[in-house]
Amino acid sequence: MLTALLILIPFVFSIPLLLSPTQNNKAIALASNIVTLAITIFTCFTFEHNSNVQFGFDLNWFPALGIHLKAGMDGISLILVLLTNLLVPFIVLSAEKTLEKIDKPNMMLGLTLMMQGALVGVFTALDGFVFYVFWELALIPIYLICLMWGGENRISITLKFFVYTMIGSLLMLIGLIYLAQHTAEHTFDIQAMYAAGKALPASQQSMVFWLMFLAFAIKMPVFPFHSWQPDTYTNAPAQGTMLLSGIMLKMGVYGVIRWLLPMVPLGVAAWGNTAIILSVIGLLYAACIAIVQTDYKRLIAYSSFSHVGLISAGVFVMNVQGMQGSIIQMLTHGINVFALFFIVDLIEQRTHTRKLSDLGGIRGVAPGFATVFMIVMMASVALPLTNGFVGEFLLINGVYQYNAWIAAFAGLTVILGAVYMLRSYQKTMLGEANTITSNFTELSGSEKFILYSMIVLIFAIGLFPQPLLNISEPAVIHLLEQASIK
Amino acid sequence: MKSIIILSGLGVLSLLSEIFNFKKWLMPVVLIGLMAAIGYASYDWNTNIHYFNHMLVFDNSALGFTMLICATSILWYWMSQSYFTNETNVTDHFGITLFALVGSVMMVSYGDLTMLFLGIETLSISLYVLAGSKKNSLSSNEAALKYFLMGAFATGFLLFGVALIYGCVGSFHLYTIADYVTAMHGTFPKMFYVGVLMMLIGMAFKVSAVPFHFWAPDVYTGSPTVITAFMATIVKTAAFAAFFRLFNTCFVGVEGIWVNILSIITLATLLLGNISAVMQINAKRILAYSSISHAGYMLLAIVAIVNGHIINTNALLFYTAAYSVASIISFTVFMNVSNSTNSDSLNAFNGLGKRSPFMAFAMMVAILSLAGIPPMAGFFAKLFLFFLSIRGGHIWLVVGAVIASLVGIYYYLRFIIAMYGKDGSDLPSITIESSHRTLLIVALLALAVLSFAPSFLSIN
Repeated sequence: MLTALLILIPFVFSIPLLLSPTQNNKAIALASNIVTLAITIFTCFTFEHNSNVQFGFDLNWFPALGIHLKAGMDGISLILVLLTNLLVPFIVLSAEKTLEKIDKPNMMLGLTLMMQGALVGVFTALDGFVFYVFWELALIPIYLICLMWGGENRISITLKFFVYTMIGSLLMLIGLIYLAQHTAEHTFDIQAMYAAGKALPASQQSMVFWLMFLAFAIKMPVFPFHSWQPDTYTNAPAQGTMLLSGIMLKMGVYGVIRWLLPMVPLGVAAWGNTAIILSVIGLLYAACIAIVQTDYKRLIAYSSFSHVGLISAGVFVMNVQGMQGSIIQMLTHGINVFALFFIVDLIEQRTHTRKLSDLGGIRGVAPGFATVFMIVMMASVALPLTNGFVGEFLLINGVYQYNAWIAAFAGLTVILGAVYMLRSYQKTMLGEANTITSNFTELSGSEKFILYSMIVLIFAIGLFPQPLLNISEPAVIHLLEQASIK
Repeated sequence: MKSIIILSGLGVLSLLSEIFNFKKWLMPVVLIGLMAAIGYASYDWNTNIHYFNHMLVFDNSALGFTMLICATSILWYWMSQSYFTNETNVTDHFGITLFALVGSVMMVSYGDLTMLFLGIETLSISLYVLAGSKKNSLSSNEAALKYFLMGAFATGFLLFGVALIYGCVGSFHLYTIADYVTAMHGTFPKMFYVGVLMMLIGMAFKVSAVPFHFWAPDVYTGSPTVITAFMATIVKTAAFAAFFRLFNTCFVGVEGIWVNILSIITLATLLLGNISAVMQINAKRILAYSSISHAGYMLLAIVAIVNGHIINTNALLFYTAAYSVASIISFTVFMNVSNSTNSDSLNAFNGLGKRSPFMAFAMMVAILSLAGIPPMAGFFAKLFLFFLSIRGGHIWLVVGAVIASLVGIYYYLRFIIAMYGKDGSDLPSITIESSHRTLLIVALLALAVLSFAPSFLSIN
């Protein structure tokens, strides 16, 4: 039942916000966030460490087509729900300045809450149809956020984003209906769909693999389905970018884990290698492009694209280390990328520019800000003791078990990541302060609260990852058993 | 049957009211009458009564569509109040629309090809007049003439088909034809094949399927907006119910003759309807092409007819309901927007999100439903049809339909982009009539019910 609450509460709270779009009632959004975060933390502590689905519910929604409103959490879902409900409060807090500037602050808050509810729905759905509905429902709020408060070319860029992701989702819908048709009782129930998918001959499993994989690959994005991503990330308002990169791209990875690997094992066996190679190509490609970026936000966008390449490779190698690494890395990448985009947003608010060449010398003017940035950056390049190290270590370990050569290329992500992150740090923080940066003000109270919380999380997960790993481990082992071909 | 009597009675009453100076009370009387028609139809539920030697058969699917048509027309009369107060010849408008409704109820409940013909003609002749009811407008006259010529042509095909089938079977009764089809075991005289195809073409004309759609964009654009809404919702529902009833009852056993042809027609309708809409800048024309493309989705219900007809009927009923409600919303908003700016252009929607947040919201919900984005009713409607088609083995048709939906999303989003993404500060301010505000709220609630309880509408 708690899952139902987690999905419903954001939607319920979004109603008053959407009904009075021009006011600014951050308190309502935060109240919703605190309740959902409290419930999530409660579920983390009461979660029984086994592979069972917990806190679930099951209602008969549309009997004629075998559709149940069914959702619940196992360890994998719980980590992602934790990510969502942990980040959204901070995203709302980080929007303080933006909300004062824009013309419909409550609408942005309401859409953010809708998005949160839909994302939790995606991460907990146990019925193919419900999964699809939430998957699409998550798209509408983010589309409107990008369209209404985005940058200059927002109209054409958001259209590309919307149509691109819709192509993927509709193909996925065909795949889901196709599998549901092959279940014994024509249902969308996840276990029945697993059974139906496994019973298909290899050629049809490959077809379903591509129908579903394209949707997930576009969402993550995996090379070469990424062309919507850098523009959309750069043009979206800061909160939109945080939602997109912090949480929404995890929908794709989660989709692969839950709705692809155990569904069509023969298809994965035939095409998983291709997916890994595409992921690693994307990882290197994005990292190289990130090095030469001049726009700071675009640089982080490419870094996010690069990181997700490693995460997706780790999922497709189909071993416990890789999978565990992906799951913990999704959580830590969400935290780190949120902090990075927030820092870029702060720089933009203070200097009205995101160009690396215009900046410089901020450390001299605002040492506190520079130190915080340093720590976040170190976490992002996976320095030991920070949260980024845990995930990246497990991921590269997992990929190494699969193929040492691919692991060698994947390992370059750490080096290239250090190159572009350190370069950007040097260009913005070090050197002489110029006319733009000389008035750079230190962090204010609420900004300190947000960034210090992120630093606490960075070190907490970096030093004590075991409780989180314990939550997802039984579910991962169970899932890999279901996904193995014997 | 009582619905037909009530509607005809209302029609006669409204013609007489010109003499007795009864005009003011006509609207409430008509609305009460329509509610009574719905009430009687629901009272007859599960009775399956045959009237006049099986010429009219009120089974559950007929009653379901009757109720849907009456409910949509309540919303429609509500939306069209200005058409019945500001213009001249008010009572004629009432009378003609009510007779058109009689025709549509006959089209959903016929048990005999003569009744089908009678229903189609009652509906069509009323519509020819209504399309031209803006007498001083050139485009309205053009629409009426085009519609009349094309409609007469289509009726010719239909009647020719009826005659050929009568020549083979010796009866007009649907059940006799169905028995004939089963009894012949797949060997039919050539005349029968031609007859089926002629009827297919006649019906395809009526539902504006490609390549028999050329009349639709011009007629939809030229007619007064309320009549366009009438054609897009009530007429479409009736025409599809009739099409479906004919093929579902009579021609299931001979699907080899028509399924491939209809699949091609469906695919062409889906693709051409959507792709043509992309290039339009006139909002009314976009809605017209969108209406053509929706005909394509509804055709899927007929293509997939071969298995389990109750589910197909449900799917079609649900689709027409979701589509009608969303169309009423979009036409209501369009009417208010175009009245305030005196333009049918899409640019009239610029900045509506700021100028009238409520109307923009209603329009967005309707557009998302028409585009088939979850969790709107339009999505479930499309999903059921896709589901049935995949079950019927038409997977490539569904892939085509999905591509068409993608194109559809592109032009539907143009409304949302205009409303929320563009600046409309140079456009005149806009006010919505209070009755329209209530109508939009009611219609949005209806859409919400359809979205969250899709099994609410089912006839079994």
